[in-house]
Amino acid sequence: MNDLTPTREQRSAALEGMGCKRKRVEDIRFTQGKGNYVDDVKLPGMLHGDFVRSPHPHARVKKIDDSEALKVPGVLAVITAETLKTVNLAWMPTLAGDVQMVLADGKVLFQNQEVAFVVATDRYAADDGINKVIVEYEPLPPLVDPFKSMDADAPVLREDLVGKTTGAHGPRKHHNHIFEWTVGDKELTDAAFKKAEVTIKEMISYHRTHPSPLETCQCVCSFDKIKGELTIYGTFQAPHVIRTVVSLIAKLPEQKIHVIAPDIGGGFGNKVGAYPGYICAAVASIVTGKPVKWVEDRIENLTATSFARDYHMTTEIAATKDGKVTGLRVHVLADHGAFDACADPSKWPAGFFNIVTGSYDFPTAHLAVDGVYTNKAPGGVAYRCSFRVTEAAYCIERAMDILAQKLNMDPAELRLKNFIKPEQFPYHSALGWEYDSGDYHTAMRKMMETTGYAALRKEQAEKRAAFKRGETREIMGLGVSFFTEIVGAGPSKNCDILGIAMFDSCEIRLHPTGAGIARMGTKSQGQGHETTWAQIIATEIGIPADNIMVEEGNTDTAPYGLGTYGSRSTPVAGAAIAMAARKIKAKAQMIAAYKLEVHEDDLEFDIDGFRVKGLPEKFMSMKDICWAAYNSVPPGMEPGLEAVSYYDPPNMTYPFGAYLCVMDIDVDTGVYKVRRFYALDDCGTRINPMIIEGQVHGGLTEAFAIAMGQEIRYDEVGNVVTGSFMDFFMPTAVETPHWETDFTVTPSPHHPIGAKGVGESPNVGGVPAFSNAVNDAFSFLGATHIQMPHDFWRNWKAAKDLGAVA
Amino acid sequence: MIPGSFSYHRPASVADAVKLLSDLGDDARPLAGGHSLVPMMKLRLATPAHLVDLHGIAALKGIRRDGNNLVIGAMTTQHELLASDDIAQSVPILHEAVLLIADPQVRYRGTIGGNVANGDPGNDMPALMMTLGATYRLEGAGGARDVAAADFYQGAYFTALEPGEILTSVSVPVPAVGHGYAYEKLKRKVGDYATAAAAVVLTLSGGKVATCSIGLTNVHETPLLATDAAKAVIGTSLDAATLKKAAAAAEAIMAPAADARGPVEYRKHVGGIMVTRALQRAAAKAK
Ligand SMILES: Cc1cc2nc3c(=O)[nH]c(=O)nc-3n(C[C@H](O)[C@H](O)[C@H](O)COP(=O)(O)OP(=O)(O)OC[C@H]3O[C@@H](n4cnc5c(N)ncnc54)[C@H](O)[C@@H]3O)c2cc1C
Repeated sequence: MNDLTPTREQRSAALEGMGCKRKRVEDIRFTQGKGNYVDDVKLPGMLHGDFVRSPHPHARVKKIDDSEALKVPGVLAVITAETLKTVNLAWMPTLAGDVQMVLADGKVLFQNQEVAFVVATDRYAADDGINKVIVEYEPLPPLVDPFKSMDADAPVLREDLVGKTTGAHGPRKHHNHIFEWTVGDKELTDAAFKKAEVTIKEMISYHRTHPSPLETCQCVCSFDKIKGELTIYGTFQAPHVIRTVVSLIAKLPEQKIHVIAPDIGGGFGNKVGAYPGYICAAVASIVTGKPVKWVEDRIENLTATSFARDYHMTTEIAATKDGKVTGLRVHVLADHGAFDACADPSKWPAGFFNIVTGSYDFPTAHLAVDGVYTNKAPGGVAYRCSFRVTEAAYCIERAMDILAQKLNMDPAELRLKNFIKPEQFPYHSALGWEYDSGDYHTAMRKMMETTGYAALRKEQAEKRAAFKRGETREIMGLGVSFFTEIVGAGPSKNCDILGIAMFDSCEIRLHPTGAGIARMGTKSQGQGHETTWAQIIATEIGIPADNIMVEEGNTDTAPYGLGTYGSRSTPVAGAAIAMAARKIKAKAQMIAAYKLEVHEDDLEFDIDGFRVKGLPEKFMSMKDICWAAYNSVPPGMEPGLEAVSYYDPPNMTYPFGAYLCVMDIDVDTGVYKVRRFYALDDCGTRINPMIIEGQVHGGLTEAFAIAMGQEIRYDEVGNVVTGSFMDFFMPTAVETPHWETDFTVTPSPHHPIGAKGVGESPNVGGVPAFSNAVNDAFSFLGATHIQMPHDFWRNWKAAKDLGAVA
Repeated sequence: MIPGSFSYHRPASVADAVKLLSDLGDDARPLAGGHSLVPMMKLRLATPAHLVDLHGIAALKGIRRDGNNLVIGAMTTQHELLASDDIAQSVPILHEAVLLIADPQVRYRGTIGGNVANGDPGNDMPALMMTLGATYRLEGAGGARDVAAADFYQGAYFTALEPGEILTSVSVPVPAVGHGYAYEKLKRKVGDYATAAAAVVLTLSGGKVATCSIGLTNVHETPLLATDAAKAVIGTSLDAATLKKAAAAAEAIMAPAADARGPVEYRKHVGGIMVTRALQRAAAKAK
């Protein structure tokens, strides 16, 4: 060895594998405006479609007159439910087992519902056409408040369901009832409450909001009449599922459908489901024989495609006087809008809301969820969270603070007292999950030490005294949040979508020069898969990440997978990548043994190749093995170096974290300042710390927005009043607080590389931290629970209601 | 969010612009930065058949001194107002308030003329111009006239502009040397219009308020001059009781709409607080 021989550290660093802060390879094109998004797709002869939408939240559609619209130059067709009925597509199935109107069929059920689809030679003509379609409505009484949905005299929203006493998830109690879902031991829980020394009860609402990705939902559908093939370019988080759904509902052979998801400008759950725009564009293309583009504008995105949350959670905790929790009882009223268009795994009408016991050792718990219809947009999707996990985390984290307040205990201490202990893992929760791993005490203590928690409490006590003396008009709140997520849907025993098990997949092919391509069933919407997937492969098989091209989103070339949402990509596809890589590595080892003329067992893997044990100079690099795979494999072995893995995870993964928000609120104006925000995340093995940090920053920014103002709001007669970024709070860099990030590492014991997923943790854990900070600030004035969102005027109102402002 | 079709005109002189506007009648609208007009057109809330773009008229640009007044051409952008040393030194409240308009992108396009002519009670310049005692020059087929900012606003989007007239410049009297000033604006985020805002320009004499004028943004269908509130502070040293009185007098003339920024009661309440804070900050700055 001479001086030029790279050291082991240098060889390892050259791979840019796991643990490396590798720069995102996709950013080269994104930062230069060279991404290729759906709206960049321009096909010859392409037409444009746009919707006529309902101004009414609830109305009968008496007549649609398109005669003037068809006279507008450039307008070619106006598609209505009647048109769709000829191809049996006026309604479509939802992922939640409900059906949804594609275009208004006899009535409209929410404001801005799709009524007709105008197809024209350009977008301007389409919009001119829309303004000329005359729709005659007969307004019906709107149902806005979910708490009134099951009143005896509540209007009947879903006439298609009249007389149906059973839905996809069991019996229906009322004409506006969708499902009831119960989990846990009711008797045992009721008994725990009877015996309890202390109980709390609060109706904790998580308001309706929206994922609002920068790029709205859009597609280009192109039907080739000669070949009978349909190509769909779309903003799809789950392109393979979309293909299967289209095949099933349009009755087209699956191989004749090509779904391509190009670069996507953010999804956050908004782009999992199927929307009327996709169906209408496809039908329009079949009818006209031309490609048809549909691009949602911002108002349409905010008001029609997939809201999130809208969970109203009546929460009770039973506990001992010294703060040991003994039971949890939660009833949720879930507002799904006009159709249950939740994107949940099929068997889970309330997603994984039964993670609501959180990080605490509840001996017993009971949960009941009632889903109801209202005259609002259908949904709701998992906005940067695994299915309903954010709602669950908010529910329990708020409730623990309420309990701490009642017991006059510090909220951090109460949590420490009730955490599941490290030795209890794998832990079976009262509501049926098996938590894979965790060390909550260490994470919590690290948070408390790093932030100087005790000193902050002292400062708060002083400020409160000063406030009471009239020396300041500012109050200070500390928001503690300790969340446990459940992600990585999911094991086939728990999870399927329309009968398809929620596995994921990877296919790796290495080329002779030691480079290759990896294809996945997932689809990045900005998460940086092209960067991180290559890093896993680099570490697993010793080929530099730069030599691996990652490709996703084309259903013709990628292996079948269930897509990217619910923080499932790393837990599921990440495992498939490692498993496929290990198959390649095993074959590489055989080739190396043959070339080095030793037995396979005499070889050990060493960073970027195989070495003969005890003979350090006898080494064959992966690069050379790649070459050998194409010209001199052992006799009887097939040439090539390629593997595919379909990974059905044995369990979910359970990332967790400890967050602290320090907030100051001016009671006179309600204006708050986030003084500090500390986020400790444990996502198991960390693949790319820089990307993790970016994910945490993004998720916290969303959590901040949601907790502090972002909402989809309807007035009392069903008009949606938050249809633009003027009123739907989208923080800019100026409003966004500074984020301090930290971590502990508790690898998942069942995941091949120990990774748990991180993309959604900050949204899940962040919302309760902000809300708890506000509530904590007001608690000394007598508040027990103040509903989100905590925007300025509501903070002022809280202060006023508590008598702190005149 | 696609506008209907319209014809586009780009005159090179005020005379041509005025002629076009009077020939084309009600169907024509002047186009300045487009940051208020174009969004309305995209929503088809405004559907002008003709746009008369004022960008080709060199005479509408620039900032010059005319005696004790600063005369600002209507097509001067908000960014150009910020870049002007003359404004920063002699009318610093204008600099301060312009910085609170949206973000740099909006300020690169948005013009002073468009901001004051639009008649949107949410815009920050109108109340400020009333506070400063500014006048607007309006030119139409019948010639030019000057209208005080205080007389210009008649209702939401209703102004003294007659059909066919354009606003060509804004004339701002330079406040007295040593004056104190503050523009206090409460908004939810960058890019938002005021929940409530107050402009204060005052002078002190022997520690007491000698002159004062107070303007209010977005708490009524028009911008407001809070004359009673201003009167209440004259001769005082802005003690707590006076501040309370001034805030109450200002709140008494406010009639904001309830919107996502808050209910009426809140918007009036914070309007009073903006007045209090602006008075205090202005007094602290006065020499
Ligand atoms: C996101 C966003 C946030 C904003 N926030 C604020 C804010 O916080 N505060 C604020 O003050 N403003 C704000 N604005 C408005 C911005 O300052 C506008 O630029 C301004 O209100 C209008 O100026 P403009 O040059 O764009 O006018 P345009 O939009 O071109 O015109 C506005 C109206 O005035 C008429 N008009 C224009 N110029 C003349 C003229 N010379 N004579 C006669 N009529 C004329 C037009 O016909 C039109 O009716 C915001 C705008 C946006 C897009």
